[in-house]
Amino acid sequence: MTVQLHKIAKAYQGNRILADCSYTFAAGGAYILMGDNGSGKSTLFRLAALLEPPDQGEVRYLQGDLTLPPDITLKRRLTMVFPRVGVFSRSVSENVAYGLKIRGLPRDRVREQVARALEEVALSHKTHQPAATLSSGETMRLGLARALAVEPEVLFLDEPTTHIDRANTRLIEDCLLQTLRERALTLILITHDPAQAHRLGGRRLLLQEGRIVEVD
Amino acid sequence: METIFQGLVSAVRLIAGFNPELLGIIFLSLQVSGLALGAASALGLPLAALLALKRFPLRGLLLGLLNTGMGLPPVVVGLLLYLILSRSGPLGFLELLYTPGAMIIAQTILAFPIVTSLSHAAIVGVDPVIRLAAQTLGATPRQEAAAVVREARYGIGAAVIAAFGRVSAEVGAVLMVGGNIAHYTRVMTTAIALETDKGNFDLGIALGIILLTLSLLVTVALRAVQRRGRAPTGVRLWD
Ligand SMILES: Nc1ncnc2c1ncn2[C@@H]1O[C@H](COP(=O)(O)OP(=O)(O)OP(=O)(O)O)[C@@H](O)[C@H]1O
Ligand SMILES: [Mg+2]
Repeated sequence: MTVQLHKIAKAYQGNRILADCSYTFAAGGAYILMGDNGSGKSTLFRLAALLEPPDQGEVRYLQGDLTLPPDITLKRRLTMVFPRVGVFSRSVSENVAYGLKIRGLPRDRVREQVARALEEVALSHKTHQPAATLSSGETMRLGLARALAVEPEVLFLDEPTTHIDRANTRLIEDCLLQTLRERALTLILITHDPAQAHRLGGRRLLLQEGRIVEVD
Repeated sequence: METIFQGLVSAVRLIAGFNPELLGIIFLSLQVSGLALGAASALGLPLAALLALKRFPLRGLLLGLLNTGMGLPPVVVGLLLYLILSRSGPLGFLELLYTPGAMIIAQTILAFPIVTSLSHAAIVGVDPVIRLAAQTLGATPRQEAAAVVREARYGIGAAVIAAFGRVSAEVGAVLMVGGNIAHYTRVMTTAIALETDKGNFDLGIALGIILLTLSLLVTVALRAVQRRGRAPTGVRLWD
């Protein structure tokens, strides 16, 4: 599934954040988006992930030549994790199970996928702990597990490693690299760490003056 | 002084001896209030969710009315319901006046604004990030609403308990539409009023003790629910 931004624009209270911004994220690619604080990266994510409409332009999801309608079926093929994860006040495993349960998956499939996702982010030992008691780094890993569990085709990650120690950053990166290899996943990740782009080997992008520009 | 002491002794004897009349009255009271609460919750919770999660015209007015309704004087509810249910009233043909059914309706009317208003406040208080999280994980609008409501479950529990406390202690409305008929519509509060009138303090005091115990239990339950609802870490410094 290709994600295409076509001349999108967004302003808040007359402040132009994005203007005439176009870019195509190819299916299966990895993209690392960087940019100054306040440059509009998170805003771009909200628009690209269909959470908010742009003022102008279009966000298109393409399957071959076909533009997919922005309905719940399409929305269930993508997911995103923001710096504030938004954990449900339930156990860690129930948080991960949520996306699978609302898709009506059978119980044993849910259990299986939850266990695997928690293992991928090294949170298996916290399975039954109330999610609200996790540390900030663990919370982010839970957010990641919750997103990976629904097996998205497009994954938007907004600064997933900003509060994570070095070992867990590596763990998350390895997990993402493995997912990229094993599944048809398009990854778009925001970071302030230039080295992360190299480690993930993705296309480097910079958000500047309301537009996406390629670096290198 | 003597009367009070003797009354207390006899009351304790009635309670300890599982006096059948006493038990019947307690059972009916719990049944009426329980069913009223069930009805009020079934109607009030969806409305509370709707008011909390959707914007629509007259929403503010509706919220104002519900808030006002929390303080509805029971006798006024009793009066209105009496007029509606009495033989010449618009719903007189239902022949509900002086039946437990009428009492359940009265208590439902009293419980409804409490359950709805307090649940609404609980749902509104849920962090908006929860809604976003549900959405990003592929929730339909309905599932999204359910996720938010579920997050407010302790507040909603507290709302239901608070409403139970109010209706089970209420006397005006059930007396007017129930009529305090022995073994049929006589509940704890109306029985106390009647027995005191008759100078028969034993049963009155016994029921008073039960009623006080019940309200104590309600308070304990309310506190327990509120404590559970608090974040286990106290203040959340992230997320
Ligand atoms: N709802 C809103 N109302 C008003 N201004 C907004 C709103 N959302 C974003 N902005 C503004 O848009 C600009 C871009 O915000 P955004 O969160 O997209 O930045 P960012 O690139 O993600 O920054 P950071 O690196 O700090 O996360 C900021 O100046 C912000 O103040
Ligand atoms: Mg941001």
